[in-house]
Amino acid sequence: MSDLEIRESVVRGGIGQSPLRPDGVSKAEGSYLFSSDLSADNMLIGKTLRSPHQHARILSIDTSKALAMQGVHTVITADDVPGKPTYGLISSDQPVFAGEVVRYIGEPIAAVVADDEDICARAIAAIDVVYETLPALTDARFAADPESMEIHPDGNVIREQNVVCGDLSVVGDVIVEDRYTIGMQDQAFLGLEAALAIPDADGAGVECHVATQWLHEDLAQIAACLDLPETAIRMVLGGVGGAFGGREDISLQVHVCLLALATGRPVKMHYSRSESFLGHVHRHPAEIWMRHHATQDGRIVKIEAEFIFDGGAYASTSSAVLVNAVTHTQGPYKCDNAYVRGVAVRTNNLPCGAMRGFGVVQACFAHERQMDLLAQKCNLEPLEIRRRNAMATGDRLITGQTVESVAPVREIIAGLAAIPEPSETLHSNGHPYGLPGGAGNTTRSSDVVRGVGYGLAIKNLMYSEAFDDYSTARCRLDDGVITLKFATAEVGQGFITIAAQIARSTLGLEDVRLDPIDTGVGSAGSTSASRQTWMSGGAVEAACLKVRQLIFEHVAATTGGDAFALVIEGDTLVNTTNGQRWPMLQIVSGLVIDEEVEFRHRPTVPLDENGQGDCHTAFAFVGHRAVVDVDVELGLVRVVEIATVQDVGRALNPLSVTGQIEGGIAQGLGLALMEEIIQRDGRIMNPSFTDYLIPTIADMPPVVAQLIEIPDPQAPMGAKGVGEPPTISSTPAIISAIQNAMNRSGGADTHLTRVPIRPSDIAKAVNSNLRD
Amino acid sequence: MPIAHPDSIEDLKEILRADTSIVLLAGGTDFMVGLNHGSTRLESDHLIVDLRSVAELSTVELDYRSKMLRLGAGVRWNDLLSGPIEDAAPCLSQSARTVGSHQIRTAGTIGGNVATASPAGDGVCALVALDASVVLTSHRGQRNVAVRDFATGPKTTVIEKDEFIERIDVPIVNGWQGYSKIGTRNAMVISVAGAAVVLSPDSQICRIALGSVGPTIIAADSASSFATTAIDWNTSSVSTDDLDQVVQLVRESASPINDHRSTASYRTHAVGVLVKRLIEQGLRSIKESV
Amino acid sequence: MTYTSDEKHFELTVNGSKHQVKDSFLGASLLSVLRDHIGMTGSKGACEEGECGSCSVLLDGNLVCSCLVLAASVTQSSIVTIEGLGGATDVQQAFVECGAIQCGFCSPGLVMAATNLLDRNPDPDVDDVREALAGNLCRCTGYGRILDAVQVAVDGRKRNKL
Repeated sequence: MSDLEIRESVVRGGIGQSPLRPDGVSKAEGSYLFSSDLSADNMLIGKTLRSPHQHARILSIDTSKALAMQGVHTVITADDVPGKPTYGLISSDQPVFAGEVVRYIGEPIAAVVADDEDICARAIAAIDVVYETLPALTDARFAADPESMEIHPDGNVIREQNVVCGDLSVVGDVIVEDRYTIGMQDQAFLGLEAALAIPDADGAGVECHVATQWLHEDLAQIAACLDLPETAIRMVLGGVGGAFGGREDISLQVHVCLLALATGRPVKMHYSRSESFLGHVHRHPAEIWMRHHATQDGRIVKIEAEFIFDGGAYASTSSAVLVNAVTHTQGPYKCDNAYVRGVAVRTNNLPCGAMRGFGVVQACFAHERQMDLLAQKCNLEPLEIRRRNAMATGDRLITGQTVESVAPVREIIAGLAAIPEPSETLHSNGHPYGLPGGAGNTTRSSDVVRGVGYGLAIKNLMYSEAFDDYSTARCRLDDGVITLKFATAEVGQGFITIAAQIARSTLGLEDVRLDPIDTGVGSAGSTSASRQTWMSGGAVEAACLKVRQLIFEHVAATTGGDAFALVIEGDTLVNTTNGQRWPMLQIVSGLVIDEEVEFRHRPTVPLDENGQGDCHTAFAFVGHRAVVDVDVELGLVRVVEIATVQDVGRALNPLSVTGQIEGGIAQGLGLALMEEIIQRDGRIMNPSFTDYLIPTIADMPPVVAQLIEIPDPQAPMGAKGVGEPPTISSTPAIISAIQNAMNRSGGADTHLTRVPIRPSDIAKAVNSNLRD
Repeated sequence: MPIAHPDSIEDLKEILRADTSIVLLAGGTDFMVGLNHGSTRLESDHLIVDLRSVAELSTVELDYRSKMLRLGAGVRWNDLLSGPIEDAAPCLSQSARTVGSHQIRTAGTIGGNVATASPAGDGVCALVALDASVVLTSHRGQRNVAVRDFATGPKTTVIEKDEFIERIDVPIVNGWQGYSKIGTRNAMVISVAGAAVVLSPDSQICRIALGSVGPTIIAADSASSFATTAIDWNTSSVSTDDLDQVVQLVRESASPINDHRSTASYRTHAVGVLVKRLIEQGLRSIKESV
Repeated sequence: MTYTSDEKHFELTVNGSKHQVKDSFLGASLLSVLRDHIGMTGSKGACEEGECGSCSVLLDGNLVCSCLVLAASVTQSSIVTIEGLGGATDVQQAFVECGAIQCGFCSPGLVMAATNLLDRNPDPDVDDVREALAGNLCRCTGYGRILDAVQVAVDGRKRNKL
C-alpha cells in the first residue's frame, strides 16, 4: 500500500494530473496522419464490389470487362483467397469474399485495384455478377425458430444462453412487465475505414497500416486468409479517427493486403460514409421482454426475461454480446431468483457486433424502464426504488458470481440526489436552441413540460468467459529517458497520455517517449470492453515496476544497503532506512534497462448451461439523471442537463475521464433520441450523415459529472475503465425523463419502450389522431 | 467539360442560348453531394456554368415604394439572416436560419433552393407563403412564375433549358410572419414537416404554406382563405373552433408520405400544430403591437 | 466577359501560394483536390455531403465545406486551409489544453469554424458558439470541452485587448 501513497507525490505529468495529449497539437494543426491520410509512392487504389441482394446464390462472376479497362491492375474474388476463405473474431464464419452465396446487402464479392478512384468505380460497375435470389430471413424471431430455413452452414442460432438461479417458484406481490425494442445504432466514428498495404520487395510478406482496435487479432486473421506465417505480416496502427467497437472486426484488412500482394505495389483502400455503414458491424437491434417480481415495498424478488438479438448475417462477437446482455439483466440491483433466456441469431440483415456498452446497453434500457414501472407500481420515487435494491460489494449476481469489485451503488444514488437540479427557467433565454425543436423554431415556452429521469448501470470490464486476456508492454530506460513500447490501439481515448503518466509516476522520471504502435511487440488485446486502462495500463505499470526494481537493485549494489528500503517519491529516490535522497535523473544516469511484461487479469470461467459461473473479471457502476424539456404535442425533446455520478476507481487523468464521460453520454443521448440505422428488406434507408443523425453541439446539454474515487483493490493503480458506462444508462435516463414529462402532461397511460424514441412516439400518447 | 465563368447576365443568356448540355452551379450544396456520391455524373460534353461569377445575381433590392424585395438568385442564406431583409421578409429570414449549418448557409443560395425543388425546401416554403415569384430570364426575354407554380414535383420545375433564375421577387407584407420546421435533432436537419404563415392585417390576408408534406411545397389555399375570413382582423383574434377548422383544412391539404425520416401520420399532425401555433403567435404579436 | 477554365488542369491559390492541379477528375471537389493532388491532408472528409464540417476551409474569407466546392470553379478564389492558420494559434492551443481533442478527426474543421466565428464575433455567448459550430460533428467529446476551449480562446483575446 505504501506504493500508492508514494505515487501521490508529485512528478510533472504523473498520474492524477491532466498532462496534454502527446498528439494534441498535431491533431489541432491537421498534421496528424489518420489512416485515410496515408500514401506511398507508386500507390494504387482498391475498391470493393458489394452485394445488392439480401440473400442470393452467385451463379457467375465475370470480371473480364473490368480487367480489360485501362488503369485496372487486377480484380480478385473468393477464388483468389489463398488461405482460409473466412474470418471472424469468435467463429470464423464470414467469407473474405462471398463465393457461392451472399447473405446481406453490402457483402463483399470482389475487389478491384486501379490507378485511381474513378477507374475503380467504373471497373466495379463493369463486373458482371449473375445471381439467383433466395428468400431472405429478416426477422430475428423467425430465425430462431427451428423450422426456419438455415441461412448459414453453422445454422441460424449463434448462441443461446440462459441464466437460471434461485427459486423459480417465487412470485412477487407486485409484478411489472413489458417488451422493449432497441434500434440498430452505428458507431459513426468520423474517421472512415482506411488502410495502406505495402508489399515486401520479395513479395513474401506485407506491411499493413490500418485504423483498428486490435493489431494482433487483425494480424492473426489476415495471416490465416493469406496463408502466410504471422511473421510475414507487420501491422502498424494508422491514425484512428474513433472506433467505439466498430473497428474490432476485420473490414478491408484482408482485401487490401491481397491486392498489394497481387500487384506488388502499395495499395490503399478507404471507405465512403455510405460504404462504411455496410463495412462494419453495428450495435445489435434487440427485442427484450422483462418481468420483475417485487415485494410491496419494492424489493426485487425475481426477474424473468427473454432477449432476442439480431446478429445479422455473420457471428462477429454476437455470442459475447449476448452473454453480456443476459448476465446484466438485473442491473446494479440485488436479485436472488432469475429465469433469463437469451438467443442471438443470424438473419440476412447487416452483421452486428461490438459497440460501446456491448450488450449491456440493451439490457440496461430494459431493466431501467422496468425499475421505473416498479417505482410507479410501488408508489416510490425512482431513486428510492433503486436505493432499496442497490447492489453492494460482496453481493451475488444471478450468475452466482460474487461482486468483488468496489460497488458504490448507494453512493452513486446519493450523489445523484445531491446534485442540484437546473433551474426551470433555463429555456426562456430567447435563443431557439433553448427550446425543444431547436433551430426549427417550433416551440414556445408554454408548450414545454419539464421531466426528470434516472438510469443506473453495472458494466463488466475486460473480456469474459475464460478468454486469455492479456496485454504486453515494454519499458526501456536509457540514460534517464524512458521509452514505452506497446501495441495498444490509441483510438482517441488517450491511452498514450496515461501510459506516459504511469511511467513517470512509477519511475520518477519525466522524459517519456512512445515507440510507434505496431506488432513489433506482443499483443495488447483490443481497445474495447473498457479494458485498456486496466490491462495495458497494468502492463505499462508492471514493466516500469520491473525496471524500477532493477534500478533499486543497482543502487543497493553500488551504494551498499537494501533494495527493499528504497522508494521513489516524486522525482526523488529515497532510502527509507537512512533518509538519504538522490534525484532520480542522477541515479539512472548511464543506466540501460529494458523489460517487457505480459499482464493478465485473473482468470474467468465460461458460463454453464444455466448461466452460472464467475464469467466476468470486474465491474464498474454509474448513474445518470436526465432533465428534459418536452414539447409533448409535437414530440420534440431538448435535453437540458445530464448529471452523472461514475465509479472510476481512480481518475488517472481527470481531463480524459471527463472527456470519456461527456463523449459517452453524447452517444447515449444519440441512441435515446435519434440514432438508428433503418433497414427495409435488408437495405439501409439512411446510409449518410444527412439521415443517420448523430448529436450536434446544439443537442448536447451541459454535463455535471461527479467521480467516485474508491481505488479498486484488484485494479492496477486502483483505476477502473471509464469508457463504456457513460453510454449505457444515459439512454434510459433520458427516456425516463421524457416519460416523466409525458406523465405530467396527461400521457400517463403510455409506457415508453423503444429507443430511439421518435417524435411520433411521444406525440401519439396525447394525440389520438396519430397512428404508427 | 470546361467551366464557364460568365461575368454578366448578358453573358449568361448567351451561354445558355448556345449550349444545351449545361449544368448551372450556384452554391453547390446540393449538386456536389450528387457528384461526390456518384449519383450525378459529369460527362466531358457538359458545360458547367459558374453562377457565382455573375455579380448581378447577388444583388438585393429593397423597394418599399412598390413593396417588393428583389433578391438576386445568388443571394446566400447567411445574407438573409439579419438586417433589412429580416425586416422586410422575417419568415424568409427565419427559414434561412433553419437551413443546414453556418457552412451550408455560407454557400447555399436562395435561387438554388428554388431551383432544386425539394419538397423540404425551407426557403421555398417561406416564399410560397409570401406569394413570391421567380423571375426567369433567357435570351428570349423574361417571365415571372409564382414560386408556388415553379416546382411541378420533387426536383422537377417549369424552367426551360435556356432559362435561369435571375431573381426572386418577394412582396413586402406588413404584419406578422413566421416559419417553423420540425427535425429530429436540434440543428442541421432536413425538415420532417414545415410551415410558414403570413398574416397581414392591412390587407386582411392569411397565407399558409406547408413543407415536407407533399411532392412540392404546398400552398394551403383552402386553409388560407378560411383563415382569412375567420380571423377577426379588428381584434386580431380567431375563435378556437375556427382555428381548429384551419388546422383541419391544413391537414387535409397535406399529402405526406411514410419514409425513413417520419410517418405520414405524424407529418399530417405536425403541420397542423405548427400552423396553429404560428397563427396564435402571429395574432398575439399583432395585438400587442397595436 | 466570360472566361472558361479547364476542369482537369487548373491553378488554385491555397494559403497564399499557387498550386498547379493536373489531371483532376471531372467534378472533383475542393476537398479531394486538396488532399489527393495538393497533398494537404489536414482537411478531413467524413461524409462528403456537407454534414460533418470536417473539411471546413475559408473560401474568400467565408467558411465552407470544401467537399461541396467544385475545385475547378474556384480558381479565382483565395483558399485558406487548416495548414494555413500557421499553427499554434490561440484557438488550437485552447483545443489542446482544454481536452477538446480526442481522436482528432473533427479537430481541423472545428478549429477552422471556431477561428472563423471569433473573427466574425469576438464576444459570442454560448448559444452563438453552438449555432456557429452546429455544422461540425464530433463523435468523441460530447462537445463540452470544445465549448470550453472556445470560451478560453475568447477570454484570451479579450485579455489581450485590455
